[in-house]
Amino acid sequence: MRNVFLFLKRYSVFIFFLVMQGVALSMLFSYNRFHQTAYGMFSNEVAGKLNKRVNRVEVFFTLSEQNESLREQNARLLSYLPSGSLYADTAFRLVTDTSSIDSLTSYRQFQYFSAKVISNSVFLQQNIIVLQRGRDQGVEPNMAVLGTDGLMGTVIGVSNNMSTVMSLLHRQSKVIAVLKKGSGLGEVSWDGKDPRFLILTKIPKTIEVKKGDTVVTSPYSDKFPPGMPIGYVEKVDQDQETNTYKLKIRTAVDFYTVQHAYVVKNLLQQEMDQLKSTLIKE
Amino acid sequence: MSPIIKNIVRFAVMLSIQVFVLSKIPPLHQFVVPYFYFAFILWLPFRIGRTALLFIGLATGMLTDMFFKTPGLHTAACLLIAYVRPFLVNLLLPKEATDWGNEEPSKKTMGAVPYTTYLVVLTLLHHFYLILLEWMQFGSFLYFFGKLIATSLVSLLLILITDLFLNRKSKLR
Repeated sequence: MRNVFLFLKRYSVFIFFLVMQGVALSMLFSYNRFHQTAYGMFSNEVAGKLNKRVNRVEVFFTLSEQNESLREQNARLLSYLPSGSLYADTAFRLVTDTSSIDSLTSYRQFQYFSAKVISNSVFLQQNIIVLQRGRDQGVEPNMAVLGTDGLMGTVIGVSNNMSTVMSLLHRQSKVIAVLKKGSGLGEVSWDGKDPRFLILTKIPKTIEVKKGDTVVTSPYSDKFPPGMPIGYVEKVDQDQETNTYKLKIRTAVDFYTVQHAYVVKNLLQQEMDQLKSTLIKE
Repeated sequence: MSPIIKNIVRFAVMLSIQVFVLSKIPPLHQFVVPYFYFAFILWLPFRIGRTALLFIGLATGMLTDMFFKTPGLHTAACLLIAYVRPFLVNLLLPKEATDWGNEEPSKKTMGAVPYTTYLVVLTLLHHFYLILLEWMQFGSFLYFFGKLIATSLVSLLLILITDLFLNRKSKLR
């Protein structure tokens, strides 16, 4: 017994080192479960406050790019205004409406919240964006995040006033995407190499793909609004092993200078979840 | 200035440079992601005991991880160099390291060649462990190797330049 204590005393520093290594490594490899717990919350608020101050200075360096991209978005939105389009004249023939349901009213599926980016990185393997909008302002985990030019990522952690977003430039990020031409269902991920490019896989070779084709979010997703640009095809590679392409796509959002974001809330999410859960029960 | 306050200020400055400058500049190449904050551990006074050094390494790593949102990654690497440091100092210095008092490792206190060896070995060790952990999660071997070499070189360059700037006054040799 005495020898055991002597051993412990002699190697106490080494044992302490091993224990701490174990703690650090278990934190690292259980990242997905861990990031929502206390440490994540704490670091979010503390580091977020500091980042917010630094960001006030940083914003000035990218002001002109931000303005330009917001102007372009404004122009896009203006073209959707009803005053910009004409309606076909349907009054020359008398038709009796027999439909008992008013099919002309629309209801809203997606609601957009604007949010300020207070911290961002592009050169790590797991790039996380921090937004200055949290649970108190209506953000919940698993919401989509858009930039002014296209998709940016998904909310993974929320604290009271801030939220962390898994950027598309995250090794664990996977987004279902389609080609805007209307065919092929693929998966966008990042290979961790160049922050300007993403990888689109699982598009079958039967579809013709050219450089410059637009890749957008799929209509089958319940969190991303359909048709949001993700990127543009830069290089077409034939995957020798499978019957699919491996496409290199340039990101629609410039992740180096991103400063504004929109958090997207799916108002039908609850209804959809309920429907799915009844399916599982049966 | 008391050595404790001096080191706290130094730590704050080095971590700020790492997080707000080095992480913001566009990377030169996908392999080059310079790390610099850990030199704080290399420049701590000789007098600090092994357990205290481990605690400082732990705190350094955890604070860095808070900013990088990578719980455990930098903590593991910082703990490793904090653990290895006393052995390396004893190996490179003829005298018992605790006799040096508040002196810090520098060119003057250790001599140019042992000091450079000390920096190179600990930098390589830190980067090797950090990039290995990153590689174990994902990535290819070529990526691992290229990143290790390129990042280590740039980090060492940064540390040596900072060393010239700091001009830490210690006369023992």
